[in-house]
Amino acid sequence: MESQERGQKEEAPAVGKLRQWDTNAVAEVLDFRGETTIVVPREHIRRASEFLLAEPSLQFTFLSDITTVDRFPLEPRFEVNYHLLSIERKMRLRLKVRLAGNDPIVLSVTPVWPTANWHERENFDLFGIRFEGHPDLTRILMPDDWEGYPLRKDYPVEGFR
Amino acid sequence: MTTTTIETPIGQAQPMVLNMGPQHPSTHGVLRVILELDGETILSAKSVIGYLHTGIEKSCESKTYSQCITLTDRIDYLAPLSNNLGFCLAAEKILGIEVPKRAQYIRVLLTELTRITSHLVWLGTHAIDLGAMSVFLYSFREREEIMKIYEYVSGQRMMTSYFRIGGLALEPPPGWLDKVQRVVDAMPGHIDEYEDLLTKNRIWLARTKGVGVFSAADAIAMGASGPMLRGSGVAYDVRRAFPYSSYEEFDFAVPTQTAGDCYARYQCRVAEIRESVKIVKQAMNKIPSEGPFRAELPGVIAPSREEMKTSIEGLIYHFKIFTEGFAPPPGEVYQAIESPRGELGVFMASDGSPKPYRVKFRTPSFVNLQALPNLCVGRLIADAVACIGTTDIVLGEVDR
Repeated sequence: MESQERGQKEEAPAVGKLRQWDTNAVAEVLDFRGETTIVVPREHIRRASEFLLAEPSLQFTFLSDITTVDRFPLEPRFEVNYHLLSIERKMRLRLKVRLAGNDPIVLSVTPVWPTANWHERENFDLFGIRFEGHPDLTRILMPDDWEGYPLRKDYPVEGFR
Repeated sequence: MTTTTIETPIGQAQPMVLNMGPQHPSTHGVLRVILELDGETILSAKSVIGYLHTGIEKSCESKTYSQCITLTDRIDYLAPLSNNLGFCLAAEKILGIEVPKRAQYIRVLLTELTRITSHLVWLGTHAIDLGAMSVFLYSFREREEIMKIYEYVSGQRMMTSYFRIGGLALEPPPGWLDKVQRVVDAMPGHIDEYEDLLTKNRIWLARTKGVGVFSAADAIAMGASGPMLRGSGVAYDVRRAFPYSSYEEFDFAVPTQTAGDCYARYQCRVAEIRESVKIVKQAMNKIPSEGPFRAELPGVIAPSREEMKTSIEGLIYHFKIFTEGFAPPPGEVYQAIESPRGELGVFMASDGSPKPYRVKFRTPSFVNLQALPNLCVGRLIADAVACIGTTDIVLGEVDR
Protein backbone atom coordinates (compact mmCIF):
# COMPACT_ATOMS: atom_id res chain seq x y z
CA MET A 1 0.00 0.00 0.00
CA GLU A 2 1.06 3.57 -0.60
CA SER A 3 1.65 4.47 3.00
CA GLN A 4 3.96 1.52 3.50
CA GLU A 5 6.16 2.57 0.59
CA ARG A 6 6.60 6.11 1.84
CA GLY A 7 9.06 6.92 4.58
CA GLN A 8 7.84 7.01 8.13
CA LYS A 9 7.97 10.79 8.34
CA GLU A 10 5.66 11.32 5.35
CA GLU A 11 1.97 11.88 5.88
CA ALA A 12 -0.92 10.56 3.88
CA PRO A 13 -1.88 13.15 1.21
CA ALA A 14 -5.34 13.52 2.71
CA VAL A 15 -3.88 14.90 5.93
CA GLY A 16 -1.96 17.63 4.14
CA LYS A 17 -4.91 18.58 1.96
CA LEU A 18 -7.30 18.70 4.91
CA ARG A 19 -4.88 20.83 6.93
CA GLN A 20 -4.42 23.17 4.00
CA TRP A 21 -8.16 23.59 3.64
CA ASP A 22 -8.78 24.20 7.33
CA THR A 23 -6.20 23.59 10.07
CA ASN A 24 -8.94 23.40 12.67
CA ALA A 25 -10.36 20.30 11.01
CA VAL A 26 -7.27 18.27 11.93
CA ALA A 27 -7.05 17.96 15.69
CA GLU A 28 -4.71 14.98 15.71
CA VAL A 29 -3.19 12.51 13.28
CA LEU A 30 -2.62 8.91 14.32
CA ASP A 31 -0.75 6.29 12.38
CA PHE A 32 -0.83 2.58 13.21
CA ARG A 33 0.18 -0.33 10.96
CA GLY A 34 0.11 1.90 7.91
CA GLU A 35 -3.40 3.22 8.57
CA THR A 36 -3.95 6.94 8.96
CA THR A 37 -6.55 8.28 11.35
CA ILE A 38 -7.46 11.96 11.46
CA VAL A 39 -9.18 13.12 14.62
CA VAL A 40 -11.70 15.73 13.51
CA PRO A 41 -13.45 17.97 16.03
CA ARG A 42 -17.17 17.33 16.14
CA GLU A 43 -18.23 20.65 14.66
CA HIS A 44 -16.12 20.16 11.52
CA ILE A 45 -17.07 16.61 10.53
CA ARG A 46 -19.79 17.47 8.00
CA ARG A 47 -17.74 20.12 6.19
CA ALA A 48 -14.58 17.98 6.27
CA SER A 49 -16.56 15.08 4.77
CA GLU A 50 -17.86 17.29 1.98
CA PHE A 51 -14.33 18.49 1.28
CA LEU A 52 -12.85 14.98 1.22
CA LEU A 53 -15.59 13.84 -1.14
CA ALA A 54 -15.28 16.70 -3.58
CA GLU A 55 -11.52 17.40 -3.60
CA PRO A 56 -10.36 16.17 -7.05
CA SER A 57 -7.02 14.80 -5.85
CA LEU A 58 -8.65 12.74 -3.09
CA GLN A 59 -12.19 11.71 -4.19
CA PHE A 60 -13.26 9.84 -1.08
CA THR A 61 -16.56 8.90 -2.66
CA PHE A 62 -17.07 5.66 -0.77
CA LEU A 63 -17.96 5.43 2.89
CA SER A 64 -17.17 1.90 4.01
CA ASP A 65 -18.30 1.97 7.59
CA ILE A 66 -19.18 4.04 10.64
CA THR A 67 -18.08 2.39 13.87
CA THR A 68 -18.24 3.57 17.43
CA VAL A 69 -15.95 2.56 20.26
CA ASP A 70 -17.12 3.09 23.84
CA ARG A 71 -14.21 3.99 26.12
CA PHE A 72 -16.25 3.98 29.34
CA PRO A 73 -15.22 5.07 31.98
CA LEU A 74 -12.63 7.18 30.15
CA GLU A 75 -13.70 10.53 28.72
CA PRO A 76 -14.34 11.55 25.96
CA ARG A 77 -16.38 8.38 26.10
CA PHE A 78 -17.32 7.69 22.49
CA GLU A 79 -15.14 7.62 19.42
CA VAL A 80 -17.08 7.56 16.17
CA ASN A 81 -14.89 6.30 13.32
CA TYR A 82 -15.72 6.96 9.69
CA HIS A 83 -13.91 4.64 7.26
CA LEU A 84 -13.47 6.33 3.91
CA LEU A 85 -12.29 4.83 0.66
CA SER A 86 -11.23 6.42 -2.58
CA ILE A 87 -11.79 3.87 -5.33
CA GLU A 88 -9.94 5.90 -7.96
CA ARG A 89 -6.89 6.62 -5.78
CA LYS A 90 -6.92 3.27 -3.91
CA MET A 91 -6.63 5.07 -0.59
CA ARG A 92 -8.27 4.48 2.74
CA LEU A 93 -8.67 7.00 5.53
CA ARG A 94 -10.24 6.96 8.97
CA LEU A 95 -11.86 10.03 10.51
CA LYS A 96 -12.45 9.95 14.22
CA VAL A 97 -14.81 12.15 16.19
CA ARG A 98 -14.59 12.08 19.97
CA LEU A 99 -17.83 12.63 21.86
CA ALA A 100 -18.44 13.10 25.56
CA GLY A 101 -20.57 10.57 27.38
CA ASN A 102 -23.20 13.07 28.46
CA ASP A 103 -23.41 14.70 25.01
CA PRO A 104 -23.12 12.06 22.27
CA ILE A 105 -24.48 14.16 19.44
CA VAL A 106 -22.86 14.70 16.07
CA LEU A 107 -24.07 15.97 12.70
CA SER A 108 -25.21 13.26 10.31
CA VAL A 109 -23.20 12.70 7.12
CA THR A 110 -26.11 11.20 5.15
CA PRO A 111 -26.24 14.24 2.83
CA VAL A 112 -22.62 13.51 1.89
CA TRP A 113 -22.75 9.70 1.64
CA PRO A 114 -26.30 8.28 1.50
CA THR A 115 -24.96 4.92 2.65
CA ALA A 116 -24.42 6.45 6.09
CA ASN A 117 -28.17 6.15 6.73
CA TRP A 118 -28.19 2.60 8.06
CA HIS A 119 -24.71 2.86 9.61
CA GLU A 120 -25.83 5.81 11.72
CA ARG A 121 -29.05 4.06 12.66
CA GLU A 122 -27.00 1.09 13.85
CA ASN A 123 -24.71 3.30 15.93
CA PHE A 124 -27.73 5.04 17.41
CA ASP A 125 -29.38 1.70 18.17
CA LEU A 126 -26.37 0.06 19.79
CA PHE A 127 -24.55 3.03 21.35
CA GLY A 128 -27.06 5.84 21.66
CA ILE A 129 -25.16 8.31 19.47
CA ARG A 130 -27.57 10.94 18.15
CA PHE A 131 -26.98 11.98 14.56
CA GLU A 132 -28.49 15.38 13.98
CA GLY A 133 -30.25 15.78 10.68
CA HIS A 134 -30.66 12.08 10.03
CA PRO A 135 -33.87 11.43 8.03
CA ASP A 136 -35.05 8.47 10.13
CA LEU A 137 -33.07 7.87 13.32
CA THR A 138 -34.81 4.76 14.63
CA ARG A 139 -33.61 1.44 15.94
CA ILE A 140 -32.56 -0.97 13.27
CA LEU A 141 -31.32 -4.19 14.85
CA MET A 142 -32.99 -4.17 18.24
CA PRO A 143 -36.79 -4.21 18.58
CA ASP A 144 -38.37 -0.77 18.34
CA ASP A 145 -39.34 -0.61 21.99
CA TRP A 146 -35.98 -1.73 23.40
CA GLU A 147 -34.56 0.31 26.24
CA GLY A 148 -30.85 0.76 26.62
CA TYR A 149 -27.94 0.67 24.23
CA PRO A 150 -26.55 -2.88 24.13
CA LEU A 151 -23.01 -2.34 22.90
CA ARG A 152 -22.14 0.18 25.59
CA LYS A 153 -19.60 -1.10 28.06
CA ASP A 154 -21.95 -0.63 31.01
CA TYR A 155 -24.57 -2.89 29.39
CA PRO A 156 -24.27 -6.57 30.39
CA VAL A 157 -23.40 -9.29 27.89
CA GLU A 158 -26.13 -11.51 29.27
CA GLY A 159 -28.71 -11.51 31.99
CA PHE A 160 -31.32 -8.96 32.89
CA ARG A 161 -30.92 -5.60 31.23
CA MET B 1 -81.84 -14.06 7.65
CA THR B 2 -80.78 -10.47 7.86
CA THR B 3 -78.91 -8.88 5.05
CA THR B 4 -76.30 -6.25 5.58
CA THR B 5 -75.28 -3.78 2.97
CA ILE B 6 -71.64 -2.88 2.79
CA GLU B 7 -70.88 0.58 1.65
CA THR B 8 -68.00 0.60 -0.80
CA PRO B 9 -66.47 4.04 -0.78
CA ILE B 10 -65.74 5.19 -4.29
CA GLY B 11 -62.99 7.66 -4.51
CA GLN B 12 -59.25 7.90 -4.45
CA ALA B 13 -57.48 4.55 -4.66
CA GLN B 14 -55.19 4.02 -1.72
CA PRO B 15 -51.89 2.23 -1.81
CA MET B 16 -51.89 -1.20 -0.25
CA VAL B 17 -49.27 -2.06 2.32
CA LEU B 18 -48.07 -5.61 1.89
CA ASN B 19 -45.77 -7.27 4.34
CA MET B 20 -43.17 -9.58 2.83
CA GLY B 21 -41.57 -11.72 5.49
CA PRO B 22 -39.96 -12.13 7.95
CA GLN B 23 -40.95 -15.67 7.12
CA HIS B 24 -40.91 -15.94 3.35
CA PRO B 25 -39.19 -18.41 1.06
CA SER B 26 -37.75 -15.71 -1.16
CA THR B 27 -36.26 -13.37 1.36
CA HIS B 28 -33.41 -15.81 1.99
CA GLY B 29 -33.64 -15.54 5.69
CA VAL B 30 -35.59 -13.56 8.23
CA LEU B 31 -35.97 -10.33 6.35
CA ARG B 32 -39.10 -8.26 6.48
CA VAL B 33 -39.84 -5.92 3.59
CA ILE B 34 -42.81 -3.59 3.94
CA LEU B 35 -44.02 -2.93 0.41
CA GLU B 36 -46.38 -0.14 -0.45
CA LEU B 37 -48.16 -1.09 -3.64
CA ASP B 38 -50.31 0.65 -6.16
CA GLY B 39 -51.83 -2.36 -7.88
CA GLU B 40 -48.70 -4.31 -8.69
CA THR B 41 -46.33 -1.37 -8.82
CA ILE B 42 -44.05 -0.89 -5.87
CA LEU B 43 -44.22 2.63 -4.48
CA SER B 44 -41.84 2.05 -1.61
CA ALA B 45 -39.94 -0.84 -0.08
CA LYS B 46 -38.81 -0.54 3.50
CA SER B 47 -36.63 -3.27 4.96
CA VAL B 48 -36.98 -4.18 8.60
CA ILE B 49 -34.06 -6.19 9.90
CA GLY B 50 -32.79 -7.42 13.24
CA TYR B 51 -34.61 -10.73 13.40
CA LEU B 52 -31.32 -12.61 13.40
CA HIS B 53 -29.39 -10.22 15.63
CA THR B 54 -27.48 -12.37 18.10
CA GLY B 55 -25.01 -9.85 19.47
CA ILE B 56 -21.89 -11.39 17.92
CA GLU B 57 -19.92 -8.19 18.27
CA LYS B 58 -20.78 -7.91 21.94
CA SER B 59 -19.91 -11.57 22.51
CA CYS B 60 -16.52 -11.08 20.91
CA GLU B 61 -15.68 -8.51 23.59
CA SER B 62 -15.86 -11.17 26.28
CA LYS B 63 -13.86 -13.86 24.48
CA THR B 64 -10.17 -14.14 23.73
CA TYR B 65 -9.10 -13.56 20.15
CA SER B 66 -8.87 -17.26 19.31
CA GLN B 67 -12.27 -17.96 20.81
CA CYS B 68 -13.84 -15.31 18.60
CA ILE B 69 -12.93 -17.21 15.45
CA THR B 70 -15.73 -19.74 15.90
CA LEU B 71 -18.19 -16.87 16.23
CA THR B 72 -17.06 -15.36 12.96
CA ASP B 73 -18.14 -18.47 11.02
CA ARG B 74 -21.74 -17.70 11.87
CA ILE B 75 -21.81 -14.18 10.51
CA ASP B 76 -21.93 -14.98 6.82
CA TYR B 77 -22.82 -18.62 7.19
CA LEU B 78 -22.59 -19.32 3.47
CA ALA B 79 -18.96 -18.22 3.29
CA PRO B 80 -17.60 -19.06 6.73
CA LEU B 81 -13.96 -19.21 5.71
CA SER B 82 -14.15 -15.66 4.39
CA ASN B 83 -15.20 -14.40 7.77
CA ASN B 84 -12.45 -16.41 9.47
CA LEU B 85 -9.94 -14.91 7.06
CA GLY B 86 -11.06 -11.34 7.68
CA PHE B 87 -10.86 -11.71 11.42
CA CYS B 88 -7.50 -13.48 11.39
CA LEU B 89 -5.98 -10.93 9.01
CA ALA B 90 -7.15 -8.07 11.25
CA ALA B 91 -5.65 -9.71 14.34
CA GLU B 92 -2.45 -10.49 12.46
CA LYS B 93 -2.27 -6.87 11.38
CA ILE B 94 -2.48 -5.62 14.94
CA LEU B 95 0.09 -8.15 16.11
CA GLY B 96 2.33 -7.55 13.10
CA ILE B 97 2.58 -11.26 12.28
CA GLU B 98 3.81 -12.47 8.91
CA VAL B 99 1.94 -15.64 7.91
CA PRO B 100 4.11 -18.27 6.15
CA LYS B 101 3.56 -18.49 2.39
CA ARG B 102 2.32 -22.05 2.54
CA ALA B 103 -0.47 -21.07 4.89
CA GLN B 104 -1.27 -18.03 2.77
CA TYR B 105 -1.68 -20.13 -0.39
CA ILE B 106 -3.83 -22.67 1.41
CA ARG B 107 -5.94 -19.81 2.75
CA VAL B 108 -6.37 -18.43 -0.77
CA LEU B 109 -7.34 -21.85 -2.10
CA LEU B 110 -9.94 -22.47 0.59
CA THR B 111 -11.31 -18.94 0.40
CA GLU B 112 -11.79 -19.25 -3.33
CA LEU B 113 -13.55 -22.60 -2.83
CA THR B 114 -15.75 -20.72 -0.39
CA ARG B 115 -16.49 -18.15 -3.06
CA ILE B 116 -17.54 -20.96 -5.38
CA THR B 117 -19.84 -22.54 -2.78
CA SER B 118 -21.38 -19.20 -1.91
CA HIS B 119 -22.07 -18.32 -5.54
CA LEU B 120 -23.53 -21.79 -6.11
CA VAL B 121 -26.01 -21.22 -3.30
CA TRP B 122 -26.81 -17.80 -4.67
CA LEU B 123 -27.35 -19.17 -8.17
CA GLY B 124 -29.55 -22.00 -6.98
CA THR B 125 -31.71 -19.86 -4.72
CA HIS B 126 -31.98 -16.93 -7.14
CA ALA B 127 -33.01 -19.27 -9.93
CA ILE B 128 -35.54 -21.15 -7.85
CA ASP B 129 -37.09 -17.88 -6.69
CA LEU B 130 -37.69 -16.99 -10.30
CA GLY B 131 -39.04 -20.42 -11.13
CA ALA B 132 -36.01 -22.26 -12.53
CA MET B 133 -36.06 -25.12 -10.08
CA SER B 134 -33.55 -27.55 -11.59
CA VAL B 135 -30.59 -25.23 -11.14
CA PHE B 136 -31.05 -25.40 -7.37
CA LEU B 137 -30.58 -29.15 -7.25
CA TYR B 138 -27.55 -29.09 -9.54
CA SER B 139 -25.75 -26.29 -7.72
CA PHE B 140 -26.27 -27.93 -4.35
CA ARG B 141 -24.94 -31.18 -5.74
CA GLU B 142 -21.72 -29.40 -6.73
CA ARG B 143 -21.59 -27.71 -3.38
CA GLU B 144 -21.71 -31.12 -1.65
CA GLU B 145 -18.39 -32.03 -3.22
CA ILE B 146 -16.76 -28.92 -1.80
CA MET B 147 -18.31 -29.47 1.62
CA LYS B 148 -16.77 -32.93 1.62
CA ILE B 149 -13.39 -31.29 1.10
CA TYR B 150 -14.03 -28.98 4.04
CA GLU B 151 -14.97 -31.94 6.17
CA TYR B 152 -11.82 -33.79 5.15
CA VAL B 153 -9.60 -30.81 5.89
CA SER B 154 -11.14 -29.32 9.00
CA GLY B 155 -13.65 -31.81 10.32
CA GLN B 156 -16.63 -29.55 9.65
CA ARG B 157 -18.82 -29.22 6.57
CA MET B 158 -19.76 -25.60 7.07
CA MET B 159 -18.57 -23.79 10.19
CA THR B 160 -14.99 -24.80 9.63
CA SER B 161 -13.10 -22.27 11.81
CA TYR B 162 -10.07 -23.61 9.99
CA PHE B 163 -7.98 -20.45 10.08
CA ARG B 164 -6.16 -19.33 13.18
CA ILE B 165 -4.23 -16.21 13.97
CA GLY B 166 -0.90 -16.86 12.32
CA GLY B 167 -2.01 -19.49 9.81
CA LEU B 168 -4.16 -22.59 9.85
CA ALA B 169 -5.59 -24.62 12.69
CA LEU B 170 -4.26 -27.97 11.55
CA GLU B 171 -1.94 -29.46 9.00
CA PRO B 172 -4.08 -30.32 5.97
CA PRO B 173 -4.48 -34.11 5.64
CA PRO B 174 -2.69 -36.09 2.91
CA GLY B 175 -4.44 -36.40 -0.43
CA TRP B 176 -6.66 -33.36 0.00
CA LEU B 177 -5.29 -31.72 -3.09
CA ASP B 178 -6.42 -34.68 -5.20
CA LYS B 179 -9.95 -34.11 -4.00
CA VAL B 180 -9.64 -30.41 -4.84
CA GLN B 181 -8.30 -31.35 -8.28
CA ARG B 182 -11.36 -33.49 -8.97
CA VAL B 183 -13.66 -30.61 -8.01
CA VAL B 184 -11.92 -27.98 -10.13
CA ASP B 185 -11.69 -30.32 -13.09
CA ALA B 186 -15.43 -30.90 -13.02
CA MET B 187 -16.55 -27.36 -12.14
CA PRO B 188 -16.19 -25.58 -15.52
CA GLY B 189 -18.37 -28.29 -17.13
CA HIS B 190 -21.00 -27.77 -14.46
CA ILE B 191 -20.98 -24.00 -14.92
CA ASP B 192 -21.49 -24.58 -18.64
CA GLU B 193 -24.54 -26.68 -17.74
CA TYR B 194 -26.03 -23.89 -15.63
CA GLU B 195 -25.33 -21.33 -18.33
CA ASP B 196 -27.04 -23.61 -20.83
CA LEU B 197 -30.11 -23.57 -18.63
CA LEU B 198 -30.18 -19.85 -17.88
CA THR B 199 -28.02 -17.48 -19.88
CA LYS B 200 -30.00 -17.53 -23.12
CA ASN B 201 -33.25 -18.65 -21.58
CA ARG B 202 -36.10 -16.38 -22.66
CA ILE B 203 -37.83 -16.51 -19.31
CA TRP B 204 -34.62 -15.80 -17.41
CA LEU B 205 -33.84 -12.86 -19.68
CA ALA B 206 -37.35 -11.49 -19.27
CA ARG B 207 -37.11 -11.70 -15.49
CA THR B 208 -33.62 -10.32 -15.05
CA LYS B 209 -32.73 -8.05 -17.96
CA GLY B 210 -33.55 -4.45 -17.19
CA VAL B 211 -34.73 -5.41 -13.71
CA GLY B 212 -33.22 -3.77 -10.66
CA VAL B 213 -31.08 -1.27 -12.54
CA PHE B 214 -28.47 0.33 -10.33
CA SER B 215 -26.33 3.13 -11.73
CA ALA B 216 -22.63 3.30 -10.89
CA ALA B 217 -23.02 6.65 -9.11
CA ASP B 218 -25.88 5.31 -6.99
CA ALA B 219 -23.91 2.17 -6.20
CA ILE B 220 -20.93 4.12 -4.91
CA ALA B 221 -23.15 6.53 -2.99
CA MET B 222 -24.97 3.62 -1.35
CA GLY B 223 -21.70 1.92 -0.44
CA ALA B 224 -22.47 -1.17 -2.51
CA SER B 225 -19.58 -3.52 -3.13
CA GLY B 226 -18.91 -6.82 -4.80
CA PRO B 227 -21.02 -7.83 -7.81
CA MET B 228 -23.58 -5.16 -6.84
CA LEU B 229 -20.91 -2.58 -7.70
CA ARG B 230 -19.10 -4.43 -10.46
CA GLY B 231 -22.37 -5.18 -12.26
CA SER B 232 -22.76 -1.41 -12.65
CA GLY B 233 -19.35 -0.91 -14.18
CA VAL B 234 -17.09 0.00 -11.24
CA ALA B 235 -14.15 -2.41 -11.24
CA TYR B 236 -13.44 -2.34 -7.50
CA ASP B 237 -12.29 -5.62 -5.99
CA VAL B 238 -10.48 -5.57 -2.66
CA ARG B 239 -8.23 -8.41 -3.84
CA ARG B 240 -6.89 -6.08 -6.52
CA ALA B 241 -7.09 -2.71 -4.79
CA PHE B 242 -5.64 -3.72 -1.40
CA PRO B 243 -4.21 -7.23 -1.87
CA TYR B 244 -4.03 -9.47 1.17
CA SER B 245 -2.78 -13.01 1.80
CA SER B 246 -0.60 -13.00 -1.36
CA TYR B 247 -3.45 -12.41 -3.82
CA GLU B 248 -1.08 -10.16 -5.77
CA GLU B 249 0.74 -13.30 -6.93
CA PHE B 250 -2.33 -14.76 -8.60
CA ASP B 251 -3.50 -14.13 -12.11
CA PHE B 252 -7.25 -13.63 -12.32
CA ALA B 253 -9.70 -11.26 -13.94
CA VAL B 254 -12.28 -9.17 -12.13
CA PRO B 255 -15.51 -9.62 -14.10
CA THR B 256 -17.34 -6.34 -14.60
CA GLN B 257 -20.51 -5.55 -16.50
CA THR B 258 -22.02 -2.18 -17.30
CA ALA B 259 -25.78 -2.73 -17.52
CA GLY B 260 -26.28 -2.64 -13.75
CA ASP B 261 -29.32 -4.92 -13.86
CA CYS B 262 -29.95 -8.36 -12.35
CA TYR B 263 -28.72 -10.05 -15.50
CA ALA B 264 -25.41 -8.16 -15.34
CA ARG B 265 -24.89 -9.24 -11.75
CA TYR B 266 -25.74 -12.81 -12.73
CA GLN B 267 -23.09 -12.67 -15.43
CA CYS B 268 -20.56 -11.24 -12.97
CA ARG B 269 -21.11 -13.95 -10.42
CA VAL B 270 -21.00 -16.82 -12.90
CA ALA B 271 -17.78 -15.40 -14.35
CA GLU B 272 -16.43 -15.11 -10.81
CA ILE B 273 -16.94 -18.83 -10.29
CA ARG B 274 -14.79 -19.49 -13.34
CA GLU B 275 -12.14 -17.07 -12.09
CA SER B 276 -12.13 -18.74 -8.70
CA VAL B 277 -11.50 -22.09 -10.37
CA LYS B 278 -8.50 -20.52 -12.08
CA ILE B 279 -7.17 -19.20 -8.78
CA VAL B 280 -7.63 -22.57 -7.08
CA LYS B 281 -5.66 -24.28 -9.86
CA GLN B 282 -2.84 -21.76 -9.49
CA ALA B 283 -2.85 -22.13 -5.73
CA MET B 284 -2.60 -25.90 -5.98
CA ASN B 285 0.57 -25.54 -8.02
CA LYS B 286 2.03 -22.96 -5.68
CA ILE B 287 1.50 -24.71 -2.36
CA PRO B 288 4.84 -26.15 -1.20
CA SER B 289 4.46 -29.73 -0.06
CA GLU B 290 6.35 -29.01 3.12
CA GLY B 291 6.57 -26.08 5.39
CA PRO B 292 4.99 -24.53 8.43
CA PHE B 293 1.23 -24.07 8.42
CA ARG B 294 1.44 -21.44 11.17
CA ALA B 295 3.77 -18.59 12.00
CA GLU B 296 5.96 -18.83 15.05
CA LEU B 297 5.50 -16.36 17.81
CA PRO B 298 5.95 -17.85 21.27
CA GLY B 299 3.44 -16.51 23.69
CA VAL B 300 0.95 -15.64 20.96
CA ILE B 301 0.70 -18.60 18.60
CA ALA B 302 0.34 -21.96 20.29
CA PRO B 303 3.28 -24.38 19.94
CA SER B 304 2.87 -27.63 18.04
CA ARG B 305 1.61 -30.67 19.94
CA GLU B 306 5.07 -32.30 20.01
CA GLU B 307 6.62 -29.16 21.40
CA MET B 308 3.93 -28.90 24.00
CA LYS B 309 4.45 -32.50 25.07
CA THR B 310 8.22 -32.60 25.04
CA SER B 311 9.50 -29.20 26.15
CA ILE B 312 8.71 -27.25 29.28
CA GLU B 313 8.55 -23.94 27.44
CA GLY B 314 6.07 -25.41 24.99
CA LEU B 315 3.91 -26.58 27.88
CA ILE B 316 4.05 -23.21 29.62
CA TYR B 317 3.20 -21.27 26.47
CA HIS B 318 0.37 -23.67 25.63
CA PHE B 319 -1.10 -23.27 29.10
CA LYS B 320 -0.81 -19.50 29.09
CA ILE B 321 -2.24 -19.09 25.59
CA PHE B 322 -5.25 -21.29 26.21
CA THR B 323 -6.11 -20.01 29.65
CA GLU B 324 -5.25 -16.34 29.65
CA GLY B 325 -4.81 -15.68 25.94
CA PHE B 326 -2.31 -13.34 24.37
CA ALA B 327 -2.32 -9.57 24.54
CA PRO B 328 -1.76 -7.68 21.28
CA PRO B 329 -0.49 -4.11 21.38
CA PRO B 330 -3.16 -1.41 21.75
CA GLY B 331 -4.35 0.05 18.45
CA GLU B 332 -7.09 -0.03 15.85
CA VAL B 333 -7.10 -1.57 12.41
CA TYR B 334 -9.61 -1.92 9.61
CA GLN B 335 -8.95 -4.96 7.45
CA ALA B 336 -11.08 -5.50 4.37
CA ILE B 337 -11.35 -8.63 2.27
CA GLU B 338 -13.38 -9.45 -0.79
CA SER B 339 -16.03 -11.84 0.41
CA PRO B 340 -18.40 -13.35 -2.18
CA ARG B 341 -20.87 -10.57 -1.35
CA GLY B 342 -18.56 -7.61 -1.42
CA GLU B 343 -16.21 -5.78 0.90
CA LEU B 344 -16.14 -7.49 4.26
CA GLY B 345 -14.39 -5.19 6.69
CA VAL B 346 -13.24 -6.07 10.16
CA PHE B 347 -12.57 -3.14 12.46
CA MET B 348 -10.66 -4.31 15.49
CA ALA B 349 -9.74 -2.14 18.44
CA SER B 350 -7.33 -3.58 20.96
CA ASP B 351 -6.63 -2.07 24.37
CA GLY B 352 -3.72 -4.34 25.20
CA SER B 353 -5.83 -6.98 26.93
CA PRO B 354 -6.32 -10.60 25.76
CA LYS B 355 -9.90 -9.85 24.74
CA PRO B 356 -10.69 -7.56 21.81
CA TYR B 357 -12.02 -4.22 23.01
CA ARG B 358 -14.29 -3.74 20.03
CA VAL B 359 -14.81 -5.81 16.90
CA LYS B 360 -17.04 -4.44 14.19
CA PHE B 361 -17.89 -6.48 11.11
CA ARG B 362 -18.66 -4.22 8.19
CA THR B 363 -20.72 -6.76 6.33
CA PRO B 364 -21.51 -6.28 2.64
CA SER B 365 -25.05 -7.64 2.97
CA PHE B 366 -26.01 -4.98 5.52
CA VAL B 367 -24.85 -2.21 3.22
CA ASN B 368 -26.09 -3.76 -0.04
CA LEU B 369 -29.55 -4.37 1.44
CA GLN B 370 -29.91 -0.67 2.10
CA ALA B 371 -29.98 -0.18 -1.67
CA LEU B 372 -33.06 -2.38 -2.15
CA PRO B 373 -35.43 0.58 -2.68
CA ASN B 374 -33.09 1.87 -5.39
CA LEU B 375 -33.53 -1.42 -7.20
CA CYS B 376 -37.20 -2.20 -6.96
CA VAL B 377 -39.18 1.01 -6.49
CA GLY B 378 -41.26 1.66 -9.58
CA ARG B 379 -41.15 -1.95 -10.72
CA LEU B 380 -43.68 -4.71 -10.31
CA ILE B 381 -44.01 -6.78 -7.20
CA ALA B 382 -42.58 -9.89 -8.86
CA ASP B 383 -39.39 -7.93 -9.47
CA ALA B 384 -38.98 -7.45 -5.72
CA VAL B 385 -38.13 -11.14 -5.52
CA ALA B 386 -35.55 -10.82 -8.29
CA CYS B 387 -34.07 -7.72 -6.63
CA ILE B 388 -33.75 -9.32 -3.20
CA GLY B 389 -32.13 -12.34 -4.82
CA THR B 390 -29.68 -10.26 -6.79
CA THR B 391 -28.39 -8.44 -3.69
CA ASP B 392 -27.18 -11.87 -2.48
CA ILE B 393 -27.85 -11.14 1.16
CA VAL B 394 -27.24 -13.46 4.04
CA LEU B 395 -29.24 -12.43 7.08
CA GLY B 396 -26.59 -13.61 9.49
CA GLU B 397 -24.39 -10.95 7.95
CA VAL B 398 -27.05 -8.28 7.88
CA ASP B 399 -27.98 -8.66 11.53
CA ARG B 400 -24.94 -10.25 13.23
